[in-house]
Amino acid sequence: MRTSTRGSRRLMTLAVAAALTTGLLAGCAEDSDDNSSGEGGGNGGGGKTTLTVGTFGTFGYKQAGLYDEYMKLHPDITIKENVTTRTDVYWPKVLTRLQAGAGADDIQAIEIMNVTEAVQTQADKFVDLGKEVDKSQWLDWKNAQATTKDGKLIGLGTDVGPMAICYRKDLFEKAGLETDRTKLAAQWKGDWGKYVDLGKEYMKKAPSGTKFVDSASSVYNAALGGGTERYYKDDGTVDWDKSQGVKNAWDVAMDVATSDMSAKLKQFDKPWDQGYANGTFATVACPAWMIGYILEKSGESGKGKWDVAAAPTASNWGGSFIGVPTSGKHQKEAIALAKWLTAPEQQAKVFAKQASFPSTPAAYSTLKPAAATTEYFSNAPITQIFSDSAKTIPTQYFGIKDQAINTALTDIGILQVEQKGKSPDEGWDAASEEIKDVLGQ
Amino acid sequence: MTSSKQALARAASADAAPGDQPGAARRAHGRGTPPPPGPDSWRSRLYRWDMKASPYAFIAPFFIVFGAFSLVPLLYTAWYSLHNVQLANLDGQTWTGLDNYQNLLSSDFFWNALGNTFTIGVISTVPQLLMAIGLAHLLNYKLRGSTVWRVVMLTPYATSVAAATLVFVLLYSWDGGMINWLLEFVGIDPVNWRESDWGSQFAVSSIVIWRWTGYNALIYLAAMQAIPADLYESAAIDGAGRWQQFLHVTIPQLRPTILFTVVVSTIGATQLFGEPLLFGGVSGSKGGSEHQYQTLGLYMYDQGWIIGNLGKASAIAWSMFLILLIVAVIQLLVSRRLRKSQ
Repeated sequence: MRTSTRGSRRLMTLAVAAALTTGLLAGCAEDSDDNSSGEGGGNGGGGKTTLTVGTFGTFGYKQAGLYDEYMKLHPDITIKENVTTRTDVYWPKVLTRLQAGAGADDIQAIEIMNVTEAVQTQADKFVDLGKEVDKSQWLDWKNAQATTKDGKLIGLGTDVGPMAICYRKDLFEKAGLETDRTKLAAQWKGDWGKYVDLGKEYMKKAPSGTKFVDSASSVYNAALGGGTERYYKDDGTVDWDKSQGVKNAWDVAMDVATSDMSAKLKQFDKPWDQGYANGTFATVACPAWMIGYILEKSGESGKGKWDVAAAPTASNWGGSFIGVPTSGKHQKEAIALAKWLTAPEQQAKVFAKQASFPSTPAAYSTLKPAAATTEYFSNAPITQIFSDSAKTIPTQYFGIKDQAINTALTDIGILQVEQKGKSPDEGWDAASEEIKDVLGQ
Repeated sequence: MTSSKQALARAASADAAPGDQPGAARRAHGRGTPPPPGPDSWRSRLYRWDMKASPYAFIAPFFIVFGAFSLVPLLYTAWYSLHNVQLANLDGQTWTGLDNYQNLLSSDFFWNALGNTFTIGVISTVPQLLMAIGLAHLLNYKLRGSTVWRVVMLTPYATSVAAATLVFVLLYSWDGGMINWLLEFVGIDPVNWRESDWGSQFAVSSIVIWRWTGYNALIYLAAMQAIPADLYESAAIDGAGRWQQFLHVTIPQLRPTILFTVVVSTIGATQLFGEPLLFGGVSGSKGGSEHQYQTLGLYMYDQGWIIGNLGKASAIAWSMFLILLIVAVIQLLVSRRLRKSQ
């Protein structure tokens, strides 16, 4: 008897140990499993297919009810969105998963600053969507950014970021400035320098505790998006330190940073959000997607106080693509969903909810912002303003390390001048050091 | 017939067994005459094999998992560190030998990160351990509701880094943060905590201190409670006051524990990553506009995942590993001397 209980106890222990091991291993393997999990639900015919959509930040698809709508139209499809809020976390993850050939979502979003890297290094990991869609639906420059040399389109354009200036009418009034959006736009038309000059005017009589603009970096990004050249020449060679576009934008940003008109906030940081809520800055460079952000962060307190005026120059800041990785198990379904999500009608719906501006001109005639948005922004004709800007945006060539170079210039160079009181030359040199490191020079 | 003989034999062997130890009986049986054929010998062989192999089977899960998720990546990282590997092209590695390491040694960013890791490590570890000893000493008195105090001590440790850091970011906020508000209240100019050199390091350290002090205090407390009471009694008889007792009884008795916490804290400080990353907010991996709080961990992350230079990032990882080895050796020597001096 005794031996047998000992034996069974030993057996139990072994079983537990074995269960633990497999449990552990299964736990670790789960990660790579997650995109095939949809299949588990229905291998045979008639089962549901789960499509996953990997995004960063708010794409507005869920908010505008597009997933629900699609699932209603296609009862055999379930859509799951995987959101990673930070792009600097999102993109490396996507890169490694693409190369591992496993773990990527069925649809994967690509930020405009990463799209060149995707085009040049990951093209074979994405389905050529050019064969699936009518390319003429999109803005030409938008397509061009996601197209490889041999003509393969790896992503469909979602939104674009045509520029305007969002400003606080109430603060402008207190500072004794013009508050009418057309007259304001006329005052700074054609030159970001004039916008900064108005900022100096604002600071003379600024309501206490407020500054003219949120950060020098935002002015830099806005101005940079209006030039024809960024950090790379159109043949793909890096040229950031000789680029006229960079020089112009840098000079404007330095003017902002050295004249105490900036609230010195870092964009997308918590204190920046608070700045919106507390109304600590009077203007912000306002690509279309910023409208949604202001709505969310400025909240009730900003209602009816914000207004939108045309930016000094037409310019683009941001905007994304969605691509279909070839490693996906449901490519056909994913392509259909990607097509549907980026079609003009759906882009118009996202605009109505989120004010992310469509990359398909066919949608422009039907655009209607939500009534609440119009009311929030003092009935400004935002559709008109953004469409006008979108149509005249110059084609910009992005480079493979665009994001890293941009970060070095804004978060090292400009920040040192703005927050640490360094001279513009010192800031430039520090950014140069950083960029050399980035480029491995 | 055979069956009854076997039954008899089994009964005999069972009789010979000293009561409660069937194992001993079987071992004796097995060791005797050459193993006779039959179920007994097979079982005993199985048993012996079991005795030898089972412990390995039981510890195997850990070592298998360790091998798969620690050792292999560790060696793979070493391999990577000798190559030029880009995040966007993991398969296109080119052999560069020690270039990555040479590159590091001549890089200002690396030395800066190393320096920051050291200074942040010192200004977080030293006050943290001193405070922990003090707190443990106080907790060691007879207190009303002592469990409550002890649980409260452990709460910061149980808080996630992300949550804690977010709160601290708001406290240290440049514009309207509570700490600047307090400073202004007593007439001191507000500090730009994130961008000032010592201010940012102090802020990061304070998060570390807040999270780990209670944890260390509880370790000290456990060790203090193991100190025999008669040591204190005899010290009291000799006329030592509370403070003298603390200095001459508690501290010497705690020496091994202190050494343990120093080792653990040093490792933690060398790997410091989450707090400064989240403290930096957007593009936190830069550790401030002048990299003023970029630790080695952050530098590695920046090189690997933001810039995409995995080869160099691997070289940083191995440098950190080597630094920790050196630190461990120093601590070993120190502890040996301590033991000798005792």
